[in-house]
Amino acid sequence: MSAQLSIGIDVGGTNTDAVALDPAGTVLAWTKQPTTPDVTGGIRAALRALLAELGERRSEVGRIMLGTTHATNAIVRRRDLGRVAVMRLGAPMASDFPPLAGWPADLREAVLAGSVLTGGGHLMDGYPISPLDRDGIRRFLDGLDGYDAVAVCGIFSPSFPEQELEVQALIHDHAGPDVAVSLSHEIGALGVMERENATVLNAALYGVARDVTQALLDVVTEEKLSATTYFAQNDGTLMAVDYAAHYPVLTIGSGPANSIRGAAFLSGTDHAVIIDVGGTTSDLGVLVDRFPRESTMPREIGGVTTNFRMPDVLSLGLGGGTVVDPATGAPGHDSVGYRITQEALLFGGSTPTLTDAAALADGRLTGVSPEIAAALRTARARAHDRIESAVERMSLGRTGLALVVVGGGGFLVPDQVLGAGEVLRPEQGNVANAVGAAIALAGGRADQLCDHGDRLAAIEAAGKAAVEKAIQAGADPLRVEIVDVLETPVSYATRPTLKVSVKAAGPLAGIGNP
Amino acid sequence: MHHSQARRVIDLADVDALAAGAAIFGTGGGGAVHTSRLATRLRIEEFGPVPLVGVDELTPDDAVITMSAMGAPGVGLEVLTAAGQAQTLVREVERYIGRKVTTVMATEIGGSNGVTPVAWAARAGLAVLDADQMGRAFPMATMTSTNVAKLPMGVAVMCDGIGNVSLLHPVNGAWLERHARALTVASGGIALGAGVLRVEDAQAGAVIRGTVSRAIEVGHHLLGSPEPVAALVEVLGAALLITGKVIDVERVTEGGFTRGSVTVEGIGGDRDRLVRVEIQNENLVALEDGEVLVSVPDLITVVDSETGEAISTENLRFGQRIAVLAWPCDPLWRTERGLELTGPPAFGYDIPYVPLTVSSEGAVR
Repeated sequence: MSAQLSIGIDVGGTNTDAVALDPAGTVLAWTKQPTTPDVTGGIRAALRALLAELGERRSEVGRIMLGTTHATNAIVRRRDLGRVAVMRLGAPMASDFPPLAGWPADLREAVLAGSVLTGGGHLMDGYPISPLDRDGIRRFLDGLDGYDAVAVCGIFSPSFPEQELEVQALIHDHAGPDVAVSLSHEIGALGVMERENATVLNAALYGVARDVTQALLDVVTEEKLSATTYFAQNDGTLMAVDYAAHYPVLTIGSGPANSIRGAAFLSGTDHAVIIDVGGTTSDLGVLVDRFPRESTMPREIGGVTTNFRMPDVLSLGLGGGTVVDPATGAPGHDSVGYRITQEALLFGGSTPTLTDAAALADGRLTGVSPEIAAALRTARARAHDRIESAVERMSLGRTGLALVVVGGGGFLVPDQVLGAGEVLRPEQGNVANAVGAAIALAGGRADQLCDHGDRLAAIEAAGKAAVEKAIQAGADPLRVEIVDVLETPVSYATRPTLKVSVKAAGPLAGIGNP
Repeated sequence: MHHSQARRVIDLADVDALAAGAAIFGTGGGGAVHTSRLATRLRIEEFGPVPLVGVDELTPDDAVITMSAMGAPGVGLEVLTAAGQAQTLVREVERYIGRKVTTVMATEIGGSNGVTPVAWAARAGLAVLDADQMGRAFPMATMTSTNVAKLPMGVAVMCDGIGNVSLLHPVNGAWLERHARALTVASGGIALGAGVLRVEDAQAGAVIRGTVSRAIEVGHHLLGSPEPVAALVEVLGAALLITGKVIDVERVTEGGFTRGSVTVEGIGGDRDRLVRVEIQNENLVALEDGEVLVSVPDLITVVDSETGEAISTENLRFGQRIAVLAWPCDPLWRTERGLELTGPPAFGYDIPYVPLTVSSEGAVR
C-alpha cells in the first residue's frame, strides 16, 4: 500500500509548481509557489504545501520528479558556470573551427579554461585520422591555470566512441578520479561543432546541476520522505538524479517537453497539438505516440548552437498581456506581462490587451469607446488567425488532431480551430508542466552510420545501445521498448550510407507508471 | 599581393547577406550555408575585409584559382576543414604554375561553395573574383561554364582535412568527376578541389560574371525586407510558382545521389493547386497537372514562406510553409552545348527544355 504516489515539481523562472498523482493518474493536490534565487526555498515551499494537503497519505509518496529551467537560465545569464578544459580529438581536421568558435564573447570568457586540438578521431568508415597523443593530453592539462571540468570531443565519436572513453580513463589516471569529464558521444549526435558546444555546456553546468540536485535531495531529507528522485529531460523522459548530475545539459528544454506531455496526459490523448498560452508568448508542440515531436533544426541556447534533442516548439508572440494597437487593432510584439492586473482595461488600466479583447467578446468588459471596441474585435480575429495558422503548421498536414489548450491565457484560443479536431481544456492545465514531470518515462537514444545493406543490423545495434541508455537512465529492463527509429540517407559516397537513430523508453523500474 | 585598388570589399556586414543569397542561388544544393557563414565571419574578423574584383579589373599579372569543396552535406557536419587546408591547395597550384596566385573564384556560387572561398581568401591574403562557373549550384564537375567554352581540361588539385594533396591531370570533365569522387571518398567524404583559370579565358567569356556581388545584393534585399518573399521575387525577376505547404517528400539515394520529389499544395490565392518539384541534389523540374512549368538549367528555389530563407533539398520536410520561385538561368546554359551538359536529359529526365520567361506580372509563360 506504500510508495504509490508520484510528485512532479516544475521549477520555472517565476513559479515553482508541484502536483501529486495517484497510480491512476488522478491529481490529488497541486500548488504554485514563487521560485526563490537559491532554488531550495521554492522547492521547499512547494513540497511542504503539497504534503500538507496530502496529510496522512504523505507516507505513500514513492517518487519525486523535478523539471527545471535552471540550467537554461544559468547559460542565458552567464551565472554559476564552471570553467572547462576543452579537448578535440582529430587534428588537423576541423582546425578551421576552433573550439567555442561563434560563441558570444562573454560566455566564452566565462566558460573556457583552455582548449587543444590534438590527435585522434575517425573518418566515417572508422579509419583513424591521426594517432592519439597521450603525452600531449597530459601536458595540456598540466599547463592549465585551473579548471572545473573537462570536455572531450572526437570527430565521428558517435559512431566510434571507444577513443573518448580511453581519453576519459587517461584524464582520471593523470589528474585524479574525481575530475568531471564530459564525453561528446554521450551528449549529442553527428555534427562536430554543435555536439562539442553541447558537451562544453554540459561540463560548464556540473556545478549548477550539483546545486539543484542537492536542493531536491536536501528538501526530501528534511521532510523525511523515502522517495526516489528523478530529473526530467528535453524529450519528456526522466533520468535518475546521479545521471542528471552527469548530463545537466539534457535538462534544457524539459519545460516545454513536460508541458506537452502533461497537457496530453490531463486530456487523455496520445496524438495532439498542444498550445500553452502564457502572458507574453504561446508555445505550440506536438505529441506523437505519447512523446513530444523533436526538432530537426539546430537549436540555440544563450547564443550557442547545439544539436541535442529538443522538442519541436513553435513560439508565437501572442499572450494574454499582448498589447493591442488602438488605431489598427494589430496585436503587437509587446506585452504588459505581470503588470496586466494594473494596466489592462479590464482591471481599470489604460492599455488595450488581448485579455481585454476576450473580455469584450464574452461581455465582461463594457463601456469602452466604439473605436477601441472595433480595435479589440480586430485584434481578437487576428489572434485567432495566427493561432489557427500556427496549429496548421505544427500539425504537418494532419487534420483532425485534438488541440489541447493549457496555460493562463488559454481563453485566447477559440473553441473551434480550422484544421484541428476537438479543442480540449483540461482541468489543472495551469500546472501541466509539473504533471508532465510526474508522469515522465525513462528513455535513451543512440545513432549509427551504416551501409544500406546493413540497415537492419545497424538499427538492431543502435536499438541495443538505446535500451542500455534507457536502463542506465532508470527504465525497467523488462518494460523498456523501442519508441522511435529515424533514418537519414547520406549521399555522395560511392557506397550509399545511412544514419539510423533509435530511441528506447520505458516506465521507471520498481513502481507502476500511472 | 592582391589588388590594392579593388573597387569594393566583402566585409563583416556582407557575410550574412552573401550566405543568404548563395543559399538562394543554390537551388536546394551546394551545401547548407550555416558552417561556411561562421567560417567567413571568423576569418574576416581575424584578417579583415576581402577585396572583390571584377573580371575586367584582372590584369595579365593576376593568377586565378577556382576552388570548391566536394562531398556529402551530411558528412560535412563532422568532417570540417583544417586551418591550413585552403593554403595548401593554393601553394600546390603555385608550385605547378610557377607564380603567385592573386585571386580566388568560387566554382559554384550556390550554397556553401559560394561563401567559403571568401573565408579562404581572407586567410590567404587573396582577392575574390566577382564571378563563378555555374551562376547557381550543379552536382557534376562537367557542368561548368569553362566546359561550355570547351577550354582544355587543366590540372586539378585536391586536398583533404588531414593534409593529403593530389595533383590530377584528367583527360576531361567526366574523368575528373570520377577520380575526384574516389579521392573524396578516401578522404572521409569531403575534400577541397582547385583548378587554374587563365585571365584571358575569364575575360573572353568562360565565366559567369558578377555572381558574388549579385548574391550579396539578393541577400541584402532578402534580409532587409519585412516581406522577404516579395523582395526576392522583385530582386530576382522571378516567377512565384506557388505558395503552399509541403504535403509529401519522397527521397531515395541511388548512385551516390539523392533523388526524389516534393509535392506542394497551394494555400491562399493558390488554393486547389498542386505543384511537384523533382529533386536530386538540387531542385530540377517543377510540374503541374503533368505539364512542365520550369526545368533545369533555369533556377528553382524553395524558400520558407515567412522568412524567405532558402531550404536545401536535404532539409525539406512535410508540412513546411514554402514558396517556390523560378527564374531564368544565364544565357550560357541555353546554348546547344550548355543544354547538352545541363538540360533535363543530363539529369535523366526525358523532357524537352522550354526556356522560362517571366512577364512583368511575374507569371510563367
